[in-house]
Amino acid sequence: MLAFTLRRAIQAIGVLIAVGIISFSMFRFAGDPVNQIVSIDTSAAEREAVRKSLGLDDPVVVQFARYFGNAAQFKFGVSYQFRQPVSNLLADRMPATLELAICATIFAMVFGILMGVYSALRRESALAKLFQAVSLIGISLPTFLIGILLIYLFSVTLGWLPSFGRGDVVRLGWWTTGLLTLSGLKALILPSITLGLFQLTLIMRLVRAEMLEVLRTDYIRFARARGLTTRAIHFGHALKNTLVPVITVAGLQFGSVIAFAIITETVFQWPGMGLLFVQAVQNVDIPIMAAYLLMVSLIFVTINLVVDLLYTIVDPRLRSTISRPA
Amino acid sequence: MTPPVLSVRNLEVEFHTRRSVLHAINGISFDIAKGEVLGVVGESGAGKSVTGLAVIGLLDPPGRIAGGEIHLSGMRIDHLPPEEIRRIRGKRIGMIFQDPLTSLNPLYRIGDQIVETIRTHTNLTETAARKRAIDLLAEVGIPAPEKRIDAYPHEFSGGMRQRVVIALAICAEPELIIADEPTTALDVSVQAQIISLIKRLGRDHGTAVMLVTHDMGVIAETSDRVAVMYSGRIAEIGPVQDVVQNPLHPYAKGLMGAIPTLAGEDKRLVQIPGSMPRLSAIPQGCPFNPRCGFVFDRCRVERPEPVVRGRQAVACHLYDAAPNDVAKETAA
Ligand SMILES: Nc1ncnc2c1ncn2[C@@H]1O[C@H](COP(=O)(O)OP(=O)(O)OP(=O)(O)O)[C@@H](O)[C@H]1O
Ligand code: SF4
Ligand SMILES: [Mg+2]
Repeated sequence: MLAFTLRRAIQAIGVLIAVGIISFSMFRFAGDPVNQIVSIDTSAAEREAVRKSLGLDDPVVVQFARYFGNAAQFKFGVSYQFRQPVSNLLADRMPATLELAICATIFAMVFGILMGVYSALRRESALAKLFQAVSLIGISLPTFLIGILLIYLFSVTLGWLPSFGRGDVVRLGWWTTGLLTLSGLKALILPSITLGLFQLTLIMRLVRAEMLEVLRTDYIRFARARGLTTRAIHFGHALKNTLVPVITVAGLQFGSVIAFAIITETVFQWPGMGLLFVQAVQNVDIPIMAAYLLMVSLIFVTINLVVDLLYTIVDPRLRSTISRPA
Repeated sequence: MTPPVLSVRNLEVEFHTRRSVLHAINGISFDIAKGEVLGVVGESGAGKSVTGLAVIGLLDPPGRIAGGEIHLSGMRIDHLPPEEIRRIRGKRIGMIFQDPLTSLNPLYRIGDQIVETIRTHTNLTETAARKRAIDLLAEVGIPAPEKRIDAYPHEFSGGMRQRVVIALAICAEPELIIADEPTTALDVSVQAQIISLIKRLGRDHGTAVMLVTHDMGVIAETSDRVAVMYSGRIAEIGPVQDVVQNPLHPYAKGLMGAIPTLAGEDKRLVQIPGSMPRLSAIPQGCPFNPRCGFVFDRCRVERPEPVVRGRQAVACHLYDAAPNDVAKETAA
């Protein structure tokens, strides 16, 4: 188990170094960073001084090692547009993105599993067919369109929910949360639905397919031959076996939820990392873009690791193959 | 007179497909008495599994019982509502399937699966059910059952898993056990152990056993009576010695010729030429007629009904004393 964890951790670090190289090279392809910092009338000598103070005259390898070393301590340099450390900006914005992504994932999981189980067990019912049809729409409509439609319906027409922002937030240490105020909770609803809808349809279809598959297995037939109640068979046996792969997929999808949050955050002017990134792209603010890239891949990699470990907890077969190396 | 544990009368099973209706079982009748082992043999597709599934009420659409009756200890069970037949499954009829590797849910400890089954059918407490589960595991020959009860299925070998499956099938003391090729998926070395375990359990508890197998050697060793199935019908049924040593039906003769171990006298493996017709193309008259060495005109037009010859019953025109007079009699 320890060896397995270690091996996975080393792979994760490898991935992070690769992403680090990409984000580092962004600085070099986006023109001379000195130009971004100094004004037009700065003399050549001053430019040289700035270049030296930033370490830009060192060999590339040294620069990368320094960059990566700093990044490992969450030092990402100073934003060109805000003139503030990027790490502070990200830390400010991260709670908003994480709360949104978590709410969206919970929404997607709860409804995706419920609807998936229902459509597997009542395959011929009208509601199950409706779910299938709606899920097609959910998969094919672009996120921003869904967001705009929701805003039009619930904010503009009905006036029930806010169309932008996070509402009132409460500060808990460096974390800001919208979960403790009514306006914060209300503000979360539409963006969470927008962001989670795609995952919801994905999970629903996966649960349905997986459950139908499980219901055909020999152990379900044997469970029926044992005279277990339909309820015990469906919700005790079939559901648990269905959820093993579903947990994996849903977990792995969390990374893409964060990545896709860029669109939702833009539509709802949600003050998260995604919105920060979009603004950074507009202003060619390389330090922020590079740091965002690294942060998102760090989240991706961490989730992968956690899901792998979680998987072994749920599935006893894996647990013993891992602890007993072949 | 007590009724037989299982009594099947003129059972018919159909599968409704988009194009047509397939008659998988065409009016079969047989009984199994308390403590008796009925072996069921026949080529792949003869309808052995479908018969077992029909008895235990697990035929899934598009399959359905289209006619006949099934009685369990005198009680008719083929037309019960789902919830009532569910209560009989696992409690009064235990089922063992072919593949022990896939019969157990991989995510649950075997003890949990046994306790769950016991508690479904009795009102034992968790602790009492667990104690009974340990006794059951001991009875089916799992070493150190009080430790192994907390193991997961994948921690057992195939033979041991089949023992667990058997423990699950007998955990509510059923009157009837249906074992559908319980050893086919196992190593040859453990097959004999599993078969003798099933036979022993049947004897100790007075359980009736329906044992489906391809292995005539197993039938000869364990069964009291044997039914030879062909194309959804029983070609011949009778006490195992009679059928094995003196098969009447031409198909049964061919099958018995195929047992190498029988009395050690005849070691030839006889192959019956040809193969069983598909359900969609069963010939008129006797379904065996395209492969039969004794075929004559009547076989191609009229379906043979079972006739009693001594302790055997055989469905073949060669044995018709006179057409249609003994046709209604069934195997005793
Ligand atoms: N779900 C189904 N739909 C259509 N036909 C079916 C279905 N299940 C079984 N059959 C048909 O019923 C017939 C009997 O099948 P059955 O499984 O009982 O054979 P078997 O004697 O158990 O053979 P085997 O030795 O291969 O297990 C076969 O012709 C099969 O094609
Ligand atoms: S009825 Fe005719 S075809 Fe059928 S087994 Fe008897 S002799 Fe052969
Ligand atoms: Mg079969």
